[in-house]
Amino acid sequence: MINSAHAGTLESSDVYIQINPIEEDIVEIELHSSVAELYDDMIEELIRDTLKEMGVTGINVHVQDKGALDFVIKARLQAAVFRACGTVPSWEEQS
Amino acid sequence: MMKFRRSMLFVPGANTAMVCNAFVYKPDTVMFDLEDSVALSEKDSARLMVYHALQHFTYKDIETAVRVNPLDSVFGHLDLQAVIRGGADIIRLPKTDTVDDVLDMQSAIEKIEKEIGRTKKTKLLAAIESAEGVVNAVQIARCSDRLMGIALGAEDYVRDLRTQRTKEGTELTAARAQILLAARAAKIQAFDSVFPDVRDKEGFIREVEHVRGLGFDGKSLVNPNQISILHDIYAPSEKEIDWAYEVVEAAAHAEKNGLGVVSLDGKMVDAPIIARAEFTLELAIASGLIGEEDE
Amino acid sequence: MNKYKKIDKNVVIEKRDSKICESIEESIKRSGLKDGMTISFHHAFRGGDKVLNNVMKIIASMGFKDLCLASSSLASVHDEVIQYIRSGVVTQIYTSGLRSKLGEAISNGLMEKPVQVHSHGGRVHLLQSGELKIDVAFIGVPCIDKFGNATGSKGRSQCGSLGYAMSDAHYAKYVVMLSETLEPFPNTPASISQDQVDAIVMVDEVGDPSKIGEGATRMTTNPKELLLARRTARVIENSGLFKNGYSLQTGTGGSSLATTIFLAQMMEKKNIKASFGMGGITGTMVYMLKNNLIEKLIDVQSFDEFAAKSLGENPNHIEISANEYANPSSKGATIKQLDVVVLSALEIDVNFNVNVLTGSKGILRGASGGHCDTAAEAKLSIIVAPLTRGRIPTIRSRVHTIVTPGETVDVVVTDQGIAVHPRNVELKKRLKKAGLTIVDIKELHERAIKLCGQPKAIKHTDKVVAQIRYRDGSIIDEVYQLAH
Repeated sequence: MINSAHAGTLESSDVYIQINPIEEDIVEIELHSSVAELYDDMIEELIRDTLKEMGVTGINVHVQDKGALDFVIKARLQAAVFRACGTVPSWEEQS
Repeated sequence: MMKFRRSMLFVPGANTAMVCNAFVYKPDTVMFDLEDSVALSEKDSARLMVYHALQHFTYKDIETAVRVNPLDSVFGHLDLQAVIRGGADIIRLPKTDTVDDVLDMQSAIEKIEKEIGRTKKTKLLAAIESAEGVVNAVQIARCSDRLMGIALGAEDYVRDLRTQRTKEGTELTAARAQILLAARAAKIQAFDSVFPDVRDKEGFIREVEHVRGLGFDGKSLVNPNQISILHDIYAPSEKEIDWAYEVVEAAAHAEKNGLGVVSLDGKMVDAPIIARAEFTLELAIASGLIGEEDE
Repeated sequence: MNKYKKIDKNVVIEKRDSKICESIEESIKRSGLKDGMTISFHHAFRGGDKVLNNVMKIIASMGFKDLCLASSSLASVHDEVIQYIRSGVVTQIYTSGLRSKLGEAISNGLMEKPVQVHSHGGRVHLLQSGELKIDVAFIGVPCIDKFGNATGSKGRSQCGSLGYAMSDAHYAKYVVMLSETLEPFPNTPASISQDQVDAIVMVDEVGDPSKIGEGATRMTTNPKELLLARRTARVIENSGLFKNGYSLQTGTGGSSLATTIFLAQMMEKKNIKASFGMGGITGTMVYMLKNNLIEKLIDVQSFDEFAAKSLGENPNHIEISANEYANPSSKGATIKQLDVVVLSALEIDVNFNVNVLTGSKGILRGASGGHCDTAAEAKLSIIVAPLTRGRIPTIRSRVHTIVTPGETVDVVVTDQGIAVHPRNVELKKRLKKAGLTIVDIKELHERAIKLCGQPKAIKHTDKVVAQIRYRDGSIIDEVYQLAH
């Protein structure tokens, strides 16, 4: 249902997220983070929650995190998913 | 208390570090940009970033504005959908040439506000960036009760005038005068353009002193380091603060004792002077020169 | 008492040059160094030091084992020490700082005995109390004469103050001086004097003074550092101490240096002159001395070429030893006369404790330095740090490692609010009245956690890799080996 796409940068305080469709109906996460020792579980949970909210499964998420705050990770992940789907957010539905 | 808008800090929506840090510098208004500073390929991602930033707790106690893309571009309406929902206080209209530009934006905003049931009216700030806009400034300033101010966008304006910016700013004389007069006549605020050379501190100080003298409420800024310099220039002097304290105390004394007339050093003090003194103290607080409470 | 016996006058001219050794190896042999002994180095050259690695290489090649390495500090250039620990040449370390790969290796359990991390003042206290006995001190100096009179304010590799070396030389049993420039006797004024020197070796290079500051002495344009500096200067301005004759210590690093610059501007404007400025001296302090904003500079460590040059030229720029600087048991440590000190932090906790040693991952990557010494003695100690660094909260519920106890901290300045230690009721009122935003340190902590999230605890074993010695010699905290 989706293509490969990426969003974000490798700059400090940002995150680079690459997503690729996979066969199985699961979410695979590869996390590399400059703050992994402190926050890896939280970041992974955020990614799973965000994808669940968006109703996305069957993807591999490759994350290169440079210490991004939660809202940045969420924004970049959503951008990557929308790019992969070739759509824009349907704001009317969200409100 | 009046809302000071001395410093309006531009924050490129694609610059994550800036988006995550701008609130720290306490500009009077943070102005997220989705327009000129964002590459075409990053418009979608920057829009989402600003949408989330607007809702983040760090931006809850600071006024937020967003410069959206023009409504006639493919991005304009999408930007508006995101940032009105995000809770932006102000939309900055780029390239406002005519009254219709403002009214179009106003109705687009109203439509979204209605959809989401937002009751707090989103304010408008019109950026005037062309000769046509400057000529129409008087009408533009009066055309919507959502307008809190008009701002000069000097880069495009000088191009339209077929000249370029100089350190002296002679080329902006007419536009600054017109925009200021239009704003004052309509009882809204007036803002000067950015000073782009962040390394030229002396030039920046000269320009701020100049536009403050003209009467501008504030200025758009491109670098956080410009904020404190600008606030210092807009700050009242120690002498002015002392005077203001005396006036306000005299007024309080008169009220407490049921005196109809406020007097200071044997001279009568009327209402506009008291208002001026109160404004000075508020500005002193905003400038971080005096504390809000005396324990 | 014995009766005087007639002696023969026998002046051997050759003996007048007898301190000079042909090689480092010869000096080591002469020193009588044995397995199990303690050797010392000083850190005036910091990241530019070329003595420690050179000497250690030779000591290792001579087959010594089980030595205690007591360097006044260790910089990232000293990662070579790892191999000497592995080979058993070094089995114990005393230092103020540990960084880079060496810090990482020790954090991962490289050594059996825990490293003893002392402060600058605390080191002299340990020397004085006898816990730390230096058998042989190896002291690199820019210039020397044949009898041992040495200084850092002349010579090709002029490094300025030799403050830390001066105290080591005083307490060491045997002192080997390494230098690159031989001056005619007497090379005065001397920081380390002939009567403390046993042996001298001439070498190609003792250090690179351009690497002392490692870029930490340039004026910052970073907006956050400037904001912190501005705020810190305003705290000092409104502290009640900012008047003629006050005294000041600031360090290096962006905000500290910028604070000094903002203070200089305020002092110029308000016509205030400081009685003395102290600490790692930088060009900014030298500027203030030259422009009559400071009476005297008291220098235990010169941080840049301007400071090094000024120390040699300006009679009001005075070199002091670590003992005169900060030793709590000294008869006169200058910090006991200090009004204001501006300090940095890696972490601060809700009890105002400060960590300047271990990073967010629990790895040794900093230095105790004069932090706890100055905080304890200055009338006003100000800790300056951003609330968060990227996604890493600076304000914690408990710092990973206590170097400076919260009882000695007066004010914490962050970019998102200032916290005043509850004991300073008057100061808090003053700062509030001046329009500064004062918040409870717990609020700062909550805000930091709200921004970054609650960090996971760092996993460690129960093996102690470093003991943090407070300035009085007591153990204030311990660092454990990281678990993987």
